[in-house]
Amino acid sequence: MNPFSSGTRLRDMIRAIRACKTAAEERAVVRKECAAIRSAISENDQDYRHRNIAKLMFIHMLGYPTHFGQMECLKLIASAGFPEKRIGYLGLMLLLDERQEVLMLVTNSLKQDLNHTNQYIVGLALCALGNICSAEMASDLAPEVERLLLTRDPNIKKKAALCSIRIIRKVPDLAENFLSPAASLLKEKHHGVLIAGIQLCTDLCKVSADANKHLRKNCTEGLIRILKDVSNSSYAPEYDIGGITDPFLHIRVLRLMRMLGQGDADTSEYMNDILAQIASKTESNKNAGNAILYECVETIMGIEATSGLRVLAINILGRFLSNRDNNIRYVALNMLMKAIAVDSQAVQRHRTTILECVKDSDASIRKRALELVFLLVNDTNAKPLTKELIDYLEVSDQDFKGDLTAKICSIIEKFSQEKKWYIDQMLKVLSLAGSYVKDDVWHALIVAISNAPDLQGYSVRSLYKAFQTSFEQVSLVRVVVWCIGEYGEMLVGNVGVLEVEEPMTVTESDTVDVLEACLTGHSSDITTRSMSLIALLKLSSRFPPTSERIKEIITVHKGSIVLELQQRAIEFNSIIQRHDNIKSSLVERMPVLDESAYMVKKANSSQENIVAVKSGQTSLAGTSIMLPNGVGKPPAAPLVDLLDLSSDDTPVPTSTSKDFLHDLLGIDLTNSSSSGIAPSGGTDILMDLLSIGTPVQSDISPKTVSSNQGFAPTTKPTPTTVQVVDLLDVLPSNGSVAGDQSPLYPSITAFQSSTLKVMFSFKKHPEKPQVTEIHATFMNLSSDAYTDFVFQAAVPKFIQLHLDPASSNHLPANGNGTITQTLTATNSQHGQKSLAMRIRMVYEVNNQEKLEQGQINNFPPGL
Amino acid sequence: MIRAVIVMNTQGKPRLLKFYEFQPPEKQQELTRSVFAVLSGRPDNVSNFVEADAIFGPGTRLVYKHLATLYFVFVFDSCENELAMLDLIQVLVETLDRCFKNVCELDIVFNFNKMHTILDEIIFGGQVLETSSERVLKAVEEISRLEKSSSSVSFVPKSVSGRFGR
Repeated sequence: MNPFSSGTRLRDMIRAIRACKTAAEERAVVRKECAAIRSAISENDQDYRHRNIAKLMFIHMLGYPTHFGQMECLKLIASAGFPEKRIGYLGLMLLLDERQEVLMLVTNSLKQDLNHTNQYIVGLALCALGNICSAEMASDLAPEVERLLLTRDPNIKKKAALCSIRIIRKVPDLAENFLSPAASLLKEKHHGVLIAGIQLCTDLCKVSADANKHLRKNCTEGLIRILKDVSNSSYAPEYDIGGITDPFLHIRVLRLMRMLGQGDADTSEYMNDILAQIASKTESNKNAGNAILYECVETIMGIEATSGLRVLAINILGRFLSNRDNNIRYVALNMLMKAIAVDSQAVQRHRTTILECVKDSDASIRKRALELVFLLVNDTNAKPLTKELIDYLEVSDQDFKGDLTAKICSIIEKFSQEKKWYIDQMLKVLSLAGSYVKDDVWHALIVAISNAPDLQGYSVRSLYKAFQTSFEQVSLVRVVVWCIGEYGEMLVGNVGVLEVEEPMTVTESDTVDVLEACLTGHSSDITTRSMSLIALLKLSSRFPPTSERIKEIITVHKGSIVLELQQRAIEFNSIIQRHDNIKSSLVERMPVLDESAYMVKKANSSQENIVAVKSGQTSLAGTSIMLPNGVGKPPAAPLVDLLDLSSDDTPVPTSTSKDFLHDLLGIDLTNSSSSGIAPSGGTDILMDLLSIGTPVQSDISPKTVSSNQGFAPTTKPTPTTVQVVDLLDVLPSNGSVAGDQSPLYPSITAFQSSTLKVMFSFKKHPEKPQVTEIHATFMNLSSDAYTDFVFQAAVPKFIQLHLDPASSNHLPANGNGTITQTLTATNSQHGQKSLAMRIRMVYEVNNQEKLEQGQINNFPPGL
Repeated sequence: MIRAVIVMNTQGKPRLLKFYEFQPPEKQQELTRSVFAVLSGRPDNVSNFVEADAIFGPGTRLVYKHLATLYFVFVFDSCENELAMLDLIQVLVETLDRCFKNVCELDIVFNFNKMHTILDEIIFGGQVLETSSERVLKAVEEISRLEKSSSSVSFVPKSVSGRFGR
């Protein structure tokens, strides 16, 4: 015999592995052992086969490859001795890699062993079959297992029953063969057989409606009797767990009863008594007792139980909530979450206890309880619940504050009936946990304040007060800055004081102090600082005495190393110095933000969108503009979007985009709705604004302008060149002039969502003015790759469209690559009508098909 | 059904891995590591239940018990009762205790295939087979006796389990 192949004893190998100090040493030992085992295998060494497989199982557990031992397992299984068979089957279950050929080879041995005279060998074979059975094996061996269900030995019987579960899971068609043996198992007295039989019946119900019907008809009574027997039986130490007789049998019976009673009133009624008995009599001072109660509650919730029984069940859960054991509280919260759908009134009664669980020391319980509280909130209890939660917010753990804040905010938003309450609560949340508040929440607050003229004074004063104590809360600071910029004079002049307010005096220079602190504070990020600059500009026109000081502050930032701030400072400085005549109209108060449109937008924009806005804010290169309502939009769209915003009855006139623009800029142009003088005036002003400060202009590439504009595109004249052209496009004459003069067309963002961005660039041959070659570039903004990407486009009748094949149909995540596709559009009414297009993108992400579509109206003029 | 039983020590070394749904070995190691990462981060005073959706797929939960230097972990789906699973861990531990007389980590390391025998008598293909540790013990002893008697003929020095069992 080869001295190497004999190797070491299993015990020695384990010892050697345990003695290893490093992973490298361990690998070396394992490699040596594996080499020895392999050579033993190739020499067909029979004496040590058994030990080698045992070693391999240990090596497998450590995560090393052991596939070479599979055939050895088969040889062991085929040998006659019991120890060999045992290790062989054990190895088979652990080392097998589901390769069909190995399974096919083992089927025959299994068949023989299932028919073996030794019941332990039959047991081994059943166990292996129950663990590794494939559909083919199930069909081949089902008759053997079926026969074994009828043997007398309880050990074989229970294993055969559980093995049948695996078989019917693999081949549901076999279920009917097992139905009558399974039903007869329910009459068994042996505990193990009974449990296994009940499990088999439960699984039969799952795979076959017929089985469910059959069992409901024939076995409900038997099940109830089992439950009665086991719950009334005197102390049976054998199956006792923590003083409760056989909790597992209880649980399995209850579970099967749930399957049978579901949706069947008669059966459910039949079960009422026994369920009530278990729910009221089971001792609840031990885990096992609680396990039964828990299962019983779930069954009561699952079947068509009477309302009295349901209340009883929910009260059990209520009792669980005050249990000292964390586990019990945890499962109770889980179950209450399900119970809300069944009987929310009964759950409401335990609200106070649930609220206590929000303050639990166990984080997972807190999280559950918070979710549950969130489900329990309704119009009547919203106020007290919010108060409780906000009070708790003050003392809660740092890592829980994020969750808690998000939930509180959505409760406040959902259930606020009066504006003042909403503003008050949001203020509290912002001052306690402003750093955890999501952007859309404070955006919504600003929209709300803007829509409440009689509360604006109150809001800005409360914000000012809150700022004094909570200046480190980012979101609060932003809202303060915005409101002071807009309503600063209400703060100083004490406009619209409510009865509840305490009188306060704030001077003009106090407000400037606040803004200066925000602008220069270390904790302020670039968005806050940009917003502060705008607010300062606004104040400089509202409070003339402070304008000198503001000018100085702004001048300091002309040298800011942050491009965004520098640019703003330079622009604002020019406005103050050179354009005093238009300054006051330029920094007019914002038009009222359209609340309903914002809400619709917010509802439409999913979580993903919020993420997109966030990323747009943090990365300078991000292209999304922050609109007043805080929703990220493609650079070309904001003005159009603003029009959308105000398209429903708002004070802003909306007949054409130029009107709107004029309005935004606060420029008093007469006769602006009719064409003629107005557009040229608009152009002049825009040009004028854009040309402020010649050195800056060279800096302003469309990208830097459009990136991260903070919060006020309206107060800051930042339309990119594209947008200017786009605006003027309203007038066809203007557009065609632009088209004739420059054959170069600016690229546009044709479509942008939180997940996808489509850019179009254009080319035209001078000799064929009708034909436009459109070069489309698709970019994936999400973190998941898209496959099977297909782009489709539709055009009006006067346009002919030809699509070339796309460069690929796979779009990598996070913008790491693009798909390009060329489109050729022939506009038969060139010069009269501009291009228009509807597009649709279909793709698969995470195996789910997704569709996005949009309409492109922002083609450059003259195409 | 029960998806997996994992016993590992407090350093994350697996001591027993049993998956009732096929997982390739690398995946088994990865899952074990993720479970360890979750468990090692949990303080003592919290519940024994963890949502395992992120590790084992939707709807799965795990129950664990931390005893001496070992974690006993049962992974299961929505068809099982969490509290009952906790009791089942108790059954397993009690059986081990009776089998090894005050079980410790070393017993499990050196007798891992006996562990498997015991486990196979408690859980069968992901279903609960037997909950009486007495009966489990009886079945396991019967198997050991059978092994010894048949191995005494030809396999005395090589029988693995013959050498174990203290």
